[in-house]
Amino acid sequence: MFGYILRRLAVAIPTLLLLIVFSFILMHAAPGGPFTRDREIPAQVLANLEAKYGLDDPLWKQILDYVWGIIRHFDFGPSFVYPDRSVNEIIAAGFPVTLTYGLLSFVLAVGVGVALGAAAAIRQNSWLDYLAVGISIGAQVLPNFVMAPILVLLFTLTLGWLPGGGWSFNNPDYWIMPVIALGTSYMASIARITRSSMLEVLSSNHIRTARAKGLPERRVIWKHAMKPALLPVISYLGPAFVSMITGSVVIDMYFSTGGIGKSFVDSALNRDYAVMMGVTILVGALTILFSLVVDIMYAWIDPKIRY
Amino acid sequence: MTKFLMTTALALSFAAPSFAATVAEGDTLAETQEYNFWLLDGIKTVDPQLNTDVEGSDVIRQLFEGLMNEDATGAMIPGVATDYEMSEDGLTYTFNLREDARWSNGEPVRAQDFVYGWQRAVDPANASEYAWFIELMNVVNATEIVNGEAEVDTLGVTAIDDTTLEVQLSQPTAYFIKTLSHATTFPVLQSVVEEHGDDWTQPGNLVGNGAYTLTGHNIGVTITMEKNPEYWDAENVILEKLTGVVVNDQNVALTRYQAGELDRMDIPAGQYPRLSEEFPDEAISFPYSCSYAYLVNMSDKGREELQDANVRRALALGLNRDIIVDQVLQGGQRPSYNWTHWAIEGFEMPEIEMASMSQEDRTAEAKRLLEEAGYTPDNPLRLTLNYNTSEDHKKIAVVAQQMWKPLGVELTLNNMEWKVHTDRMQEQDFELARYAWCADYNEASTFLDYFRSTGSNYGEFDNAEYDALLDEAVTSENPNEQYTAAEQILAAELPLIPIYHYANVDMIKPYVKGVPLENVMNNWYGKDMYIAAE
Repeated sequence: MFGYILRRLAVAIPTLLLLIVFSFILMHAAPGGPFTRDREIPAQVLANLEAKYGLDDPLWKQILDYVWGIIRHFDFGPSFVYPDRSVNEIIAAGFPVTLTYGLLSFVLAVGVGVALGAAAAIRQNSWLDYLAVGISIGAQVLPNFVMAPILVLLFTLTLGWLPGGGWSFNNPDYWIMPVIALGTSYMASIARITRSSMLEVLSSNHIRTARAKGLPERRVIWKHAMKPALLPVISYLGPAFVSMITGSVVIDMYFSTGGIGKSFVDSALNRDYAVMMGVTILVGALTILFSLVVDIMYAWIDPKIRY
Repeated sequence: MTKFLMTTALALSFAAPSFAATVAEGDTLAETQEYNFWLLDGIKTVDPQLNTDVEGSDVIRQLFEGLMNEDATGAMIPGVATDYEMSEDGLTYTFNLREDARWSNGEPVRAQDFVYGWQRAVDPANASEYAWFIELMNVVNATEIVNGEAEVDTLGVTAIDDTTLEVQLSQPTAYFIKTLSHATTFPVLQSVVEEHGDDWTQPGNLVGNGAYTLTGHNIGVTITMEKNPEYWDAENVILEKLTGVVVNDQNVALTRYQAGELDRMDIPAGQYPRLSEEFPDEAISFPYSCSYAYLVNMSDKGREELQDANVRRALALGLNRDIIVDQVLQGGQRPSYNWTHWAIEGFEMPEIEMASMSQEDRTAEAKRLLEEAGYTPDNPLRLTLNYNTSEDHKKIAVVAQQMWKPLGVELTLNNMEWKVHTDRMQEQDFELARYAWCADYNEASTFLDYFRSTGSNYGEFDNAEYDALLDEAVTSENPNEQYTAAEQILAAELPLIPIYHYANVDMIKPYVKGVPLENVMNNWYGKDMYIAAE
């Protein structure tokens, strides 16, 4: 197992490097640059700016300097758009926000989703099943950009209970709507996956055996059915987890949370190369890390993979 | 001229020692003096010399104070300078600074702080994007310093003593005084910048000389400013706290305005008629110093067909601007047939022939001109219009396409991302391009300089007579003469198809008083505002 993890990590590093190089080249290939403005900047002013940010070097040197800066000081460079902030500072400001509402949404989505899906499968074709399927289809067809305005309309304008946007780490009132808006569609997917996989497991031979030997139903479900039923859910959770904690543009834009998802889009539109690279690397590294975590969990749950 | 300016300045210094919040008769002050204003995007920096955007300037204007301020109508009034003198030749300005001006740490504001601020703007090592602004002001050696050909300390700005600042210009510049309320020209305290480096703009570190101090900045969420007790006119400042609230979506901002979280916001396109009916005291439209046009590529890379002035004239005639303004924008914008915004201070609108024609006549004339050039609906002139992604630009482009079609012009719409659009314009890689220009200062030359052969001028319009007129205007007693003549050249040559002059359409809570609606630059000062009791 340990060797397996090491091997996976060894592959991860060149993958990340390739990601950096490709993003760097693609980014610079896009027309316009960070200082392309509606009013043209005088040539010499532009030259001074480019010199300050090292944009006058050949591309290969820029890439090398950039990677070297990361390796040596974990320094992702200065932002071109926030002239007195570094990329590290921008990520340090935005990522904790995203991480907070992302983790909470994840907990909400997994908790409610799995419970709903399992309950629906166990009581198949009962009112509980229909209710659960109804809720999950409803949540699925309501994308977050529809969900968000509905929540604001209800909780801010009509009831006046919650602030319509913004962010504060000290006041959970600000967290509630982003968490619900982000979590529901994931919750719906998880519920559907859990339900169908649970149904499949419940009709399998080993459950029939467990029931035949007279085990109480609760024990059958928890001890024998839950683990295999969660396998497909887990493979869904890896990428879902990463995309939740690295932010949603819709949530960041709608609730103006100051999260990292907005930085991703803004940096691309502004050609803020350094911030864009920083966020890309962050998301890339997390994706690689969590697909590894999922594989390890798989191996832990499913002995067929381990041996 | 010299005498006139001097007496005006002196009169100002006596008659209006300060322009602070004046509570209107009948108004009582609310208990909480807090103002929450809307920001579409996070503030990038509050460094006066590194800032590049309008929202940043709005915040910096509260935290720092320049030599001059603007009053509610946009006229220049004393800021840190109490008065100034201009030399006979118009090349030297001497400013007297007020003795009681203080930084928020209690130190006096000295002439040296302005020298340092201006030097920071042109210092190549600092790479300020707005270095061009000091060049535009024609300060001696600005260009040479930017180009690395002269030392920073040779900039034509000198502290004679702590309260006397002398500025040397390379040529007489009529609009010079009007540039002095721009953030790039604000003073900065050298010791603070040197102590904290890049972090000097963080709350806690920042030392300003404005009416407010920075107390919080949560990037992309909020920026908070509180009254600065050290400000020289603090006793007349009423608003205690200003908060810039970032709402990235305009429709959401409207919801949050209605929920009482914002006191002011820009109305989303097309909603002004509904909102002004529903909230007549809150929905307000007022002129804003930007002009909207389609630029014509007049360079060698442009279309040959567009080199024909009659074809350009036909395009300009064929647009029914009233429909664009009344049916599409619906926010109090004005149709335009010239370049300079109508509400710019002191600008007399030129009498453009096209403006006085009826639309039927314009359309008929457009048709005739195109026919003469050999284009009919059956044999149309095919053109491409580039515009950057935006619902409004798209709607206007579609309207233009429909209006030109029956005249014999087949317009292809080419929508692109902002940076790509700008890049194409800078490379003269377009036929027609959507463009807008916003004033840097409240004087017509900020618009007209654009079409100089040496100006930004993406269509590369090149007209010696035009350049000469604007050169003359700089030293003219009544530059409106030259401005009118220059506008007539634009109207005849049409390197642009003017479409409309901007208006700002805002929701402003009725209890917010002192918003400068008559200042076409829309520059506001928290120190001049207050919250009335409801």
